[in-house]
Amino acid sequence: MTGELPPFQRFLDAHRDVVWRFLVSSVGPIEAEDCFQETFIAALRAYPRLRADSNPRAWVLTIAHRKSLDAHRARARRATPVEDPAAADGRSASALSAPERDETLWSAVDELPARQRSAVVLRYVADLPHREIAATIGCSEEAARRSLHEGLSKLRKVVSA
Amino acid sequence: MTDRLEDALRRGASAEHVAAGTTRRLSARIAQEGLADISYTPVDSPFGPLLAAATKRGLVRLAFPEEDVDSVLERLARRISPRIVEAPAPLEPVQRELEEYFSGARRGFELSLDWSLIGPFGRRVLRATAEIPYGGVLSYGEVAADAGSPRGSRAAGNALGSNPIPIVIPCHRVVRTGGGIGGYGGGLDRKRWLLELEGAFPGGPPSA
Repeated sequence: MTGELPPFQRFLDAHRDVVWRFLVSSVGPIEAEDCFQETFIAALRAYPRLRADSNPRAWVLTIAHRKSLDAHRARARRATPVEDPAAADGRSASALSAPERDETLWSAVDELPARQRSAVVLRYVADLPHREIAATIGCSEEAARRSLHEGLSKLRKVVSA
Repeated sequence: MTDRLEDALRRGASAEHVAAGTTRRLSARIAQEGLADISYTPVDSPFGPLLAAATKRGLVRLAFPEEDVDSVLERLARRISPRIVEAPAPLEPVQRELEEYFSGARRGFELSLDWSLIGPFGRRVLRATAEIPYGGVLSYGEVAADAGSPRGSRAAGNALGSNPIPIVIPCHRVVRTGGGIGGYGGGLDRKRWLLELEGAFPGGPPSA
């Protein structure tokens, strides 16, 4: 039985923008393209197993979170010497539709430890409550709050510098 | 508490919406790799856009413009699979054959069909219906007899009324014994129009 799951297209329509914003903020616009495809392909494969009463947004962001970790790991393996992190991960200003994008800030987000980065992006870009952030990155709510706090403190140093 | 940092983070690193090209590439890839159980797309018709849906087996549903897209899709999700994705590519043959049919250039469909929305009795009725040639008509009683239930013309009428693939399974070719046009799920005007297109009534189709 598939229960009362909506047609996948409706699920995709409802969550694609938040997944996109999460991914662009986590891995940059170039890698976000691949991660976006991988996220929804994986979601489509697993979709019939999603329980109709679970939270579909947290579920798909969990997948997106894993894909963003994969992208960061792959980048680390390539180990290109990074002089300009903004250019290295393809975050050239021309690739962006938001002209007011703050390069310093997003490079700093990019360099946060994985859990802090995801906590910050899930909290502010995806607008998730702490409980959902915890479920998405797979930790306790308290740990999620702590990661968020630590991530914000680091960013504050960079931005006010 | 909000401050400049939090505001900047809230604006995110991208515009609000994912680009159309990105979602198009996603649905193209889903279609190419055959990851969806059901693909659907609107197809043009003289009646307005029809919703066509196909499984890997074939065309499973053709809905008239006034049918609510969401309820059609939700029903498919319940009955067959929720892996339903909008993608035009798998439905290109459907679009092409319907276009040829509506322009009078095609007299029969070569599309493969998925009968899984149709129950056992409905299948017998609609298979008998699918045998009626272009330009021909049968009565409800005759179709019921062909389906193996000579006294089941009312039941046959019900089965025809819930035909999930109208036009392609030509339930419009079933009319009343006395010469009346009978009923049609898509409306009697469309039934008359289709019969006229096929030249079923050289003197004009009957009214009621």
